Amino acid sequence: MNIKKIWEFLIGSFRLTLKGNWAYHSWMAFLAVLMVSGGFAYWRQFTEGLIVTNMRDQVSWAFYIGNFTFLVGVAAAAVLLVIPAYVYNWKPIREIAIFGELLAISAIVMCLLFVTVDIGQPSRALELLPFIGSLNVPSSLLGWDVLVLNGYLVLNAMIVGHFLYKAYFKKPYNKNFVVPLLLFSIPAAISIHTVTAFVYNGMAARPFWNASILAPRFIASALCSGPAIMLILFQILRKTTHIRIRKEAISKIAELMAYAMFLNLFLFGVEIFKEYYSNTSHLVHTKYLYTGLHGHTALVPFAWISLIFSVVAFMLFLVPKTRMNMVTLNLGCILIYAGVYIEKGLALVIPGMTPDTLGEIYEYIPTWIEIRVGAGIFAIGFMVFTLLCKVAIPLLHDTLADPVAPGA
Amino acid sequence: MKTTDDRPKIDRRSFLAGGTAAMGAIAAGVTGASAGFIEDLLHKNFKEISPDRMQRIVREMEQEYTEKYGKNVTVSTKGAQQGVLFGYGLDLSRCIGCRRCVYGCVNENNQSRDPQIHWIRVLEMDKSKGINLEESNPYYNPETVPEEDSFYMPVACQQCRNAPCIKVCPVEATWQEADGIVVVDYDHCIGCRCCMSACPYGARHFNWAEPELAAESVNPDMHYLGNRPRPNGVVEKCTFCIQRVRNGKYPACVEICPVGARKFGNLLDEADEMRVLMRKKRVFVLKEDLNTQPKFYYFYAT
Ligand code: SF4
Ligand code: SF4
Repeated sequence: MNIKKIWEFLIGSFRLTLKGNWAYHSWMAFLAVLMVSGGFAYWRQFTEGLIVTNMRDQVSWAFYIGNFTFLVGVAAAAVLLVIPAYVYNWKPIREIAIFGELLAISAIVMCLLFVTVDIGQPSRALELLPFIGSLNVPSSLLGWDVLVLNGYLVLNAMIVGHFLYKAYFKKPYNKNFVVPLLLFSIPAAISIHTVTAFVYNGMAARPFWNASILAPRFIASALCSGPAIMLILFQILRKTTHIRIRKEAISKIAELMAYAMFLNLFLFGVEIFKEYYSNTSHLVHTKYLYTGLHGHTALVPFAWISLIFSVVAFMLFLVPKTRMNMVTLNLGCILIYAGVYIEKGLALVIPGMTPDTLGEIYEYIPTWIEIRVGAGIFAIGFMVFTLLCKVAIPLLHDTLADPVAPGA
Repeated sequence: MKTTDDRPKIDRRSFLAGGTAAMGAIAAGVTGASAGFIEDLLHKNFKEISPDRMQRIVREMEQEYTEKYGKNVTVSTKGAQQGVLFGYGLDLSRCIGCRRCVYGCVNENNQSRDPQIHWIRVLEMDKSKGINLEESNPYYNPETVPEEDSFYMPVACQQCRNAPCIKVCPVEATWQEADGIVVVDYDHCIGCRCCMSACPYGARHFNWAEPELAAESVNPDMHYLGNRPRPNGVVEKCTFCIQRVRNGKYPACVEICPVGARKFGNLLDEADEMRVLMRKKRVFVLKEDLNTQPKFYYFYAT
């Protein structure tokens, strides 16, 4: 590896992203529009302050941090491909495992952006860097989270970079380099979840979060939502490119998702039992979410939609017939995605803070500014993913179109 | 790396001053100022800044505020005294819910008037329910207080010995001083609001917009870690009036309370009124189950 070759690889990759059909260019233009709109919205927030959001002292974390939490889950879901691909050496999934890593990179980029737009002094974000800044580890869980998320980003970027770089020069990838990294990405993925869950979990002031079941629930729900996106993306890639994704790979992923769904619903039930049966003053948060409190019901419809979606999707994935059928499979994926998005994005952060620690109910709903900033960040994430696919698919064409991986 | 923050003028000024001085240092072999330059680059928090540099920062800060508000502003960095641990007492049987403490605090501590920030929140409680946060009302607004069926519970930072807000901060921008006051460095806080999630007493407040503070209402006696004006996007909280209590005065809320419901003193001094109070009355703390160990005690004198 020398500088000249890296340069050549980067230029070549860049060229690959320029070529594309009509659909590709309009998709990119659409994303660009969202990004510009988000950029303007963020500019207003940057100049006027977070007052342009609907967060206030009572609900001081909300939409941004919720999205962040959801996306950490998506990022970690790559493991669901890496484990069968590299631990069990199952070829149909190994061929496509790279997409899990691409998705992980895009999701982490979005995570970091969501944290950045949430902080009041973004110009001081460098303080969060280890050594250079004044990162408060081991005491602060958010400090840890910054570390593990960046670590996970670097890890996946190294893996993907290596695969693509070698493929660009038509060389086999270096197993001794990349397989340990892949294996290491499994505990790393679990750790980004666990640490993110601990950020909430560690706060005794918020009984809704201060439950040990939080981290396991994070993992269970992420193993549903991440693969759900992946399956939808696979279908799209199958339609729009030449890559081959075997049906058995898809149904295997769907089967794993069914287990994860079961676990997620089970843990949910366990929590509901504990809350309602013990019926302490801490129940108010769960009540606010599912039945509303003193006439405040902003989240109630979402909470039920999320629950119904998750149950229906679980049924669809449980029954082999609907799991194999592409129509019901896609439907299930969309339901799961929406269900978990609501669960992590809205129904975790906001009820945790409603009522606030002194019992006040401030009903939060995001402003348009927040939604536009959020949409802009999602657009960036999708663009990163699209560009990465645009480079990876032609380079890895041999692998993707042919079951024998280079060097395998 | 880190030279921009919310005292743009100051930092740019000291950056330039440091920069020129550093060049001068190379020429003339003066080392003091070049050390300042390096410190400018590696942004340090209050505790780590060297005395020399602190002096410079404070001088520039005073100049800036004096110009801005047209008053002779002093910014103190006075540290904790040996053998002092501040504690607070609040007599629930006396409090009439008039909220004079709330506004006394706002005036003393230069809180933003728009959006309004109040470090003290007075909760109206129903006598028939006892202390019940869920049922409390912070927005009560009758013609006259106190009302027959209500009693009132003011809540501000409880100055926890075991403060959950401190450990969650990802950049060490908040800590407990030796005299027990939990402070925030407004030049270091990144505004992530972790501490607000962690505080069980709603005591931390965020500057959601550029705070509005009219020149005529500014209190010019400031402390670096207390009531100096805050920028947009950082967290602030009650400091027991650090600028007053470290100079032997009572907090503003203690002085202004018309019924003498508020007590303050040194918990390490047996003869102090706080210790006498704790021996003579029975005190309790809010949410004792969370083991935050507040230094803010409630009691019923009658
Ligand atoms: S009351 Fe809240 S802000 Fe004050 S020390 Fe305790 S946790 Fe920190
Ligand atoms: S808001 Fe400021 S003081 Fe609070 S945790 Fe974040 S950086 Fe620390």
